[in-house]
Amino acid sequence: MKAAVIVFPGSNCDRDCKVAIERSTGATVDMVWHGDTDLPGGLDLIVLPGGFSYGDYLRCGAMAALSPVMQAVKAAAERGVATVGICNGFQVLCEAGMLPGALLRNEGLKYVCKPVALEVTNAQTRFTAAYQGRREVTMTVGNGEGNFFADEATLDRLEGQGQVVFRYLDNPNGSARAIAGIINEAGNVLGMMPHPDRAFEADLGSADGALLFQSALASA
Amino acid sequence: MKATVHVFLKPGVLDVQGKAVENALHGLGWAGVKDVRVGRVITFDLPGDDKAAAEAEVKAMCDKLLANTVIESYRVEIA
Repeated sequence: MKAAVIVFPGSNCDRDCKVAIERSTGATVDMVWHGDTDLPGGLDLIVLPGGFSYGDYLRCGAMAALSPVMQAVKAAAERGVATVGICNGFQVLCEAGMLPGALLRNEGLKYVCKPVALEVTNAQTRFTAAYQGRREVTMTVGNGEGNFFADEATLDRLEGQGQVVFRYLDNPNGSARAIAGIINEAGNVLGMMPHPDRAFEADLGSADGALLFQSALASA
Repeated sequence: MKATVHVFLKPGVLDVQGKAVENALHGLGWAGVKDVRVGRVITFDLPGDDKAAAEAEVKAMCDKLLANTVIESYRVEIA
């Protein structure tokens, strides 16, 4: 099993993601610099980590979405490689047009950093199969711009097609319909604001994130 | 030519920064202020002297990078 974590200037959860994937799945994890135009061969999972890529200049994720490596990430995702954007990575996926919607500044204006309870809204995805029907998991959020927004028609479509994967039980940032994570129509690109990479061992307060990485790699 | 791009959150998209500024203005005594929106102005120079062509170019820049049209609208001025 082989995974890659993309490193943008300003990423700060890249090493967390590497350790989380290694410890929860045993996969080998390559770190790929944003300026690279090729990804390692034979990847089963690509992770876009949290942080403040390009200093959040212009809009969160806007610059990273245009960095050279993203062409390769898009091509791999189109071939069906499991791709996960966490926090800033979710913002990058939206800015790159790989997921619908956008992340606005939090409704309460505050940076929110705390463990949150999530509903596993769709347990039938390749990222949530290992939850085996569990309805509630806990992961940590840490964001100032995690307020998911999409127009009503898009939200209806996301809900109707089972693309809402996680929902906040107590919405911390004003996200539309309490959405915390979504997948694309093909089901192989997941974006989420909560951090599975901060919840992969019980010592961290929750090991629920490990199951997400395990699901993603088991489905490869 | 000088291009000026104004980018604002679309009407109906919650502008929490605008809300915070509005509350601060109320606190300073400007009680009648409402609907504050905080946007962004981007300026740059462009070669050539064809205004219509420049406007089309800058609109393409807006759609690709300068604005996120899911949440923002923009206005272009060429001078």
